[in-house]
Amino acid sequence: MSNRKLPVYLDYSATTPVDPRVAEVMCSYLTPEGNFGNAASRSHAYGWAADEAIKEARKNVADLINADPKEIVWTSGATESNNLAIKGVAHFYKKKGKHIITCKTEHKAVLDTCRQLEREGYEVTYLDPEDNGLVDITKLESAMRDDTILVSIMHVNNEIGVIQDIKAIGELTRERGIIFHVDAAQSAGKVPIDTQDVKVDLMSFSAHKIYGPKGMGALYVQRKPRIRLEAQMHGGGHERGMRSGTLATHQIVGMGEAFRLAKEEMAADNEKLMMLRNRLWDGLKDMEEVYINGDMDQRVAGNLNISFNFVEGESLIMAVKDLAVSSGSACTSASLEPSYVLRALGRSDELAHSSIRFTFGRFSTTDDVDFTIELIRSKVDKLRDLSPLWEMFKDGVDLSKVQWAAH
Amino acid sequence: MAYSEKVIDHYENPRNVGSYDKSDTSVGTGMVGAPACGDVMKLQIKVNAEGVIEDAKFKTYGCGSAIASSSLLTEWVKGKTLEQASEIKNTDIAEELELPPVKVHCSVLAEDAIKAAIDDFQGKQK
Repeated sequence: MSNRKLPVYLDYSATTPVDPRVAEVMCSYLTPEGNFGNAASRSHAYGWAADEAIKEARKNVADLINADPKEIVWTSGATESNNLAIKGVAHFYKKKGKHIITCKTEHKAVLDTCRQLEREGYEVTYLDPEDNGLVDITKLESAMRDDTILVSIMHVNNEIGVIQDIKAIGELTRERGIIFHVDAAQSAGKVPIDTQDVKVDLMSFSAHKIYGPKGMGALYVQRKPRIRLEAQMHGGGHERGMRSGTLATHQIVGMGEAFRLAKEEMAADNEKLMMLRNRLWDGLKDMEEVYINGDMDQRVAGNLNISFNFVEGESLIMAVKDLAVSSGSACTSASLEPSYVLRALGRSDELAHSSIRFTFGRFSTTDDVDFTIELIRSKVDKLRDLSPLWEMFKDGVDLSKVQWAAH
Repeated sequence: MAYSEKVIDHYENPRNVGSYDKSDTSVGTGMVGAPACGDVMKLQIKVNAEGVIEDAKFKTYGCGSAIASSSLLTEWVKGKTLEQASEIKNTDIAEELELPPVKVHCSVLAEDAIKAAIDDFQGKQK
């Protein structure tokens, strides 16, 4: 008997467990015996100790991206960071212009924030990515206008793991004096980031994507040249007025420790993740009609997003209930729309509905992968035996030419 | 998502999976849904000289509820006359499988499928 824990967790892009080393540090900032003070308390040692711990965490986060600790603003997560960056810039610089550029495959925290700004009278260009998920730099450049104030492009896509060329984009934006925001929730600790090298003005981070706690994030706000933001949260003027609210010491030290470990272990982690990913793909690629979504070279090591043609995603997820994976298909919600990311890549309805995202992490094993290969192969075969589309495909019917009775 | 035990049973042990020759005049085929909507259901009925459905087979591309709805339908239509089978309502299927509101469309699709299969069969008899 294997001591495998079921379901096997292959959804590290959704969230990661807190690394036990991180949890241990966090625990020492909670209880009466611990360092529980309010960092804003200037009049006693409890406050000073908390302030020291936060300083160190700020440095750990800054070090991972080669930034100054003064450029780190604590938030409740990448969603808040994205809101603060995009609304904060739009509101502060609205006299300069009201045009924003982003991409259709961004996270909802960026897209919905842009939608809100449209309701406030801003104009937003949503770029189409190329078929491999990457933004064409020339197309981005031609979308830039005199009244463009902000470009927001994510570093690594959450569904397909592709890595955008933020260095090239930063050159274009800086040249034109356009502010460049990058949602780096999925890239911090997975792809090297050097803020001295890439011309990024604002960058959003999340702790729980990289073995830190949920409910914790940060926004990098560049100092030279200085980027101004209109605060979205008002109060005691914490975080240099950009984000009020008592600092959550245990959460912050957790993020700091997670980022410190990420810096130390990124290379070794990535080597292992790449091995696991290749092992999974090697075990599946000889199946008929399987397709990788997104560019395979410009991609984080721990992501594999595969469409199993003619098998519907939700039924596949149900069949592989011993795997914790996510379906690109949004059928589990009230909407029956397939993944908007895969649709933006120009994938057909069938392929967009048939995708599974496998994401690996620090605690994944080769045994997890071997179990996955065996399970996926048998379940896909079973569902294809059930699938009228597979039968038609096998009979040589061109599905794109079939007149479907829409319902 | 929490599926009812009945959905899980039909999904894990689907009844009457398969296909008949579409051109057989004793066979009626109903194919409904679209890949764009995430489900396609093919239901086939084999009808005897007395107008009774002797056997039924299905194949479904779709979520667990869609598979279960069509599997259940094949059980229900067997032994029914065409007229009786055409009276099966989606609400009966939804009730039997305890489908949640977001999955009711799967039972609607099943009702459409049996109607389409009967139409196809009757069209062949002219």
